[in-house]
Amino acid sequence: MMTLAAESLKGDPTFLKHVQRRNWVSLALTSLGWVLTVAALFPLFSVLLYVTIQGLPSLSLDFFTKLPAPVGEQGGMGNAVLGTLEMVSLASLFSVPIGILIATYLSELAAPQSKIAFVIRLGTDTLAGVPSIVVGVFAYALLVFTTKTFSALAGSGALAIIMLPLVIRTTEESLKLVPDSYRDGAYSLGANRFQAIFGVILPAARNGVITGALLAVSRAAGETAPLLFTALNNQYWNVELNQPMASLTVQLFTYAISPYEEKHAQAWAAALVLILFVLVFNVGVRFLLRSKF
Amino acid sequence: MQHLKSALFALLIGSLGLVALPSTPVLAQAALTGAGATFPEPIYSRWFSEYNKKTGVKINYQAIGSGGGIKQILAKTVDFGASDAAMSDEDLAKAGKPILMIPTVAGPVAITYNLSGVASGLKINAYILADIFQGRIKKWNDRRIAEINPSVSLPDVDIQVVHRSDGSGTTRIFTDYLSKVDSGWATRIGSSTAVKWPTGLGGKGTEGVASLVKQTPGAIGYVEYAYAQQNQLSVAAVENYNGIFVLPTLEGASAAADGAVVPENYRVFITNSKGKTAYPISGFTWLLVYQQQDDATKGKTLVDFLWWAIHDGQKFAASLNYADLPPALVKRLEKSIKTISYNGKALLSEK
Amino acid sequence: MTAPEPTPAVLTGMKGANDKPFAKLVQTLSFLVLVLLMAMTVVLFIDALPAIRTFGISFLVGSDWDPVNGGFGALPFIYGTVMSSLVAILLAAPTGIGVAIFITEGFLPPLLRQPVSIATEMLAAIPSVVYGLWGIFVLIPILRPFMKETANLLGVIPLLAGPTPGPSIFVTGVLLAVMILPTIIAISRDVLRAVPETLRLGSMALGATQWETIFSCILPAAAPGIMGSVILALGRALGETMAATMVIGNTPQIQASLFAPGYTLAAVLANEFAEAITDLHTSALIYAALVLLGVTLALNILAQWLVLVVSGPNSERGGR
Repeated sequence: MMTLAAESLKGDPTFLKHVQRRNWVSLALTSLGWVLTVAALFPLFSVLLYVTIQGLPSLSLDFFTKLPAPVGEQGGMGNAVLGTLEMVSLASLFSVPIGILIATYLSELAAPQSKIAFVIRLGTDTLAGVPSIVVGVFAYALLVFTTKTFSALAGSGALAIIMLPLVIRTTEESLKLVPDSYRDGAYSLGANRFQAIFGVILPAARNGVITGALLAVSRAAGETAPLLFTALNNQYWNVELNQPMASLTVQLFTYAISPYEEKHAQAWAAALVLILFVLVFNVGVRFLLRSKF
Repeated sequence: MQHLKSALFALLIGSLGLVALPSTPVLAQAALTGAGATFPEPIYSRWFSEYNKKTGVKINYQAIGSGGGIKQILAKTVDFGASDAAMSDEDLAKAGKPILMIPTVAGPVAITYNLSGVASGLKINAYILADIFQGRIKKWNDRRIAEINPSVSLPDVDIQVVHRSDGSGTTRIFTDYLSKVDSGWATRIGSSTAVKWPTGLGGKGTEGVASLVKQTPGAIGYVEYAYAQQNQLSVAAVENYNGIFVLPTLEGASAAADGAVVPENYRVFITNSKGKTAYPISGFTWLLVYQQQDDATKGKTLVDFLWWAIHDGQKFAASLNYADLPPALVKRLEKSIKTISYNGKALLSEK
Repeated sequence: MTAPEPTPAVLTGMKGANDKPFAKLVQTLSFLVLVLLMAMTVVLFIDALPAIRTFGISFLVGSDWDPVNGGFGALPFIYGTVMSSLVAILLAAPTGIGVAIFITEGFLPPLLRQPVSIATEMLAAIPSVVYGLWGIFVLIPILRPFMKETANLLGVIPLLAGPTPGPSIFVTGVLLAVMILPTIIAISRDVLRAVPETLRLGSMALGATQWETIFSCILPAAAPGIMGSVILALGRALGETMAATMVIGNTPQIQASLFAPGYTLAAVLANEFAEAITDLHTSALIYAALVLLGVTLALNILAQWLVLVVSGPNSERGGR
């Protein structure tokens, strides 16, 4: 591939120089490519390494069972772990089913060249691009300002808006991968669209759909900005939706910018928990799906 | 299908289970939510944890800055606000209903710096501070700093100013002091919870400032003294009204508070106090509550806590370097707390 | 259709369900996406109205953010947002495109192709706040000496002047670059894959080296899509909140040097939104949110259009 010494021109010195130079340029560019690839992956390993080294020592059972303590006492982030789980579950409860239904519309029900579907697709991608802090402001205006209280509900609402487009896109992608023969088969057996979708097409795309949902969940679990002034924070155990609620990410943020060593240690531990959660979801999902690369 | 169904089902059941978890045995106790100042956070977190041990009441306090405390009490998204900047008449008018400002403790605002080789006790005055925070004095070995610190060898290091990025009562106290002494500062920058800083790094909350000072060589910032102490940060001795250089201490803050004439609404600034040993950058911090409560249970919980705070709570102040309230002031506050009502009925059980 | 003869087990549970209402319901539901977008724009616009009335367009060019006297100009935030994102794009675009070429054009040994792909996507999975934490405690200490030396050597250039406190537009740009790399890599990769194989083979057959083929045939063909990926990444960078808030220094100043602290639109929302006391301050912040929303929406739609140009309208359903 790389050499191009044509037999007939072998004796021509100028041509040879030309060839050498071209080969040399190729080599230089290839080396540069290697450098860039290594440079791109360096931060990933640096983040993983630091989070592990710094987070591991402070990751104990206390971290999951205790409440944050005033400076000088050993505390944990149990309530924040619970809060994150609760708010993300609630957000999923809303956005996963609805997202799947919207995706079935885009993929199965809308006419192939439908203008409406095109606009909704565009809207979905656009919604995915809205900065999460803006979603937070929206949720504050809609849910906090009107109900007169910071609440887990407002936090979940913001997370749900962030998850929705992700679920729609991934589900639609996996529905597209279902061969048409499945559809034809279902319809020829007399199924109506509802039956075909829920009996045949969605089950066939099951892995992709679950993948999409899990990826959206892991994304929501890592969000901070939309929770800052919706769910706020809480230093106690709380499961009630109309109360402020702690979350791993907001707690991590407040601890990261604090001046205390022990809080930094807790922040790293929280980062480790988050990253483990996210990576397990991401890697696990790939095994589930043997995704296409 | 089965799997999808069961996955969704599990999600559903899981979240319902979480939501329906019986929330702690003490359901009868209304939980309170408060937000605001970071300046008293060390003592407040102690108070709320002590009060919780004693009564089981859960008070969720989030230190989002005094500006946030004022905003959220006006928006009624919290049961009480906290601020080290007493609310202006204009802000009070916005509430539509009377708001009580209850002073809880007083404390010194330390000028803290990160200079290797220079320990605590660097002398400084308002004019130098004003020029540093306006970016006019750029180096630590500046002639004017050296002049009043003949015994200190000052390094040739850039000064990195650190201020608050959020609305802050600590900023209000600090800028109030500079405005009182330096007329140039008063006209150019003024005094508020958030001012237009001409230079420097912004830290979120007192914690953010302390953290930035700790991590940035050559930094100078202003933080509530407890933070400087807990983080072993160097603090400056500030020249007071009588020309004496005073380190931030509990006694200095007490001396500043003692001479203060506290008006009817408790709004008083004790910066640049005339007390002989007073520390000049000191201030009260207030809890902000509606005089007419909207919820009987919460209101009751709130007044009981306030009563506890101005009596039993005071004994925790000294250990964290806050000055407790003068007895005469406590007597007046008792009367005020008794006026907090729900539907025209006073909430405080007879004491 | 006539009634089916034998029905497979999967369908028995739903026999006779009428799917008209279902189709209607799902179609109506689909408008939720658009409703959300509209609602967001409308709510923000209404809440920003007082500030829009007071400042109008001057909000975008005024550099005075002064809550004391109620003067609000967002230029310092816009400047900080644009500068940090530019630094990010300048670093991430060449790197990202280079890595994408490496993955698709067969430079990587087959064994490494999959792991490298996955690893770049993992970069996208790390939460923003974790990047911020890493930025404070790892990246700033790493970059501080570099910034100091550069300022000492090249300080005469205003863009590289000292002092170098650490938190700065430059550090934010580097951190954002790391965060947007996966976007550029993933989309560029897909776009490059969509370039017809015949182009490659033809160019090689004419005697071009592999890199000559890439530069003369493949990149031009994929250019709009790659451009789209860069613009999409730019949108991400502009709206990034937590990481920026944690390392930019939160100073509403416009300073020439990249090593000076700055502020971004997203960061000012995170810091000041919960505490703006005056209605005008709140309204000004929401105006800032509206500007951010507007810019990111415009960039997004542009990017999607560019990607569509390359990969063709993707509206046919069914298996490929």
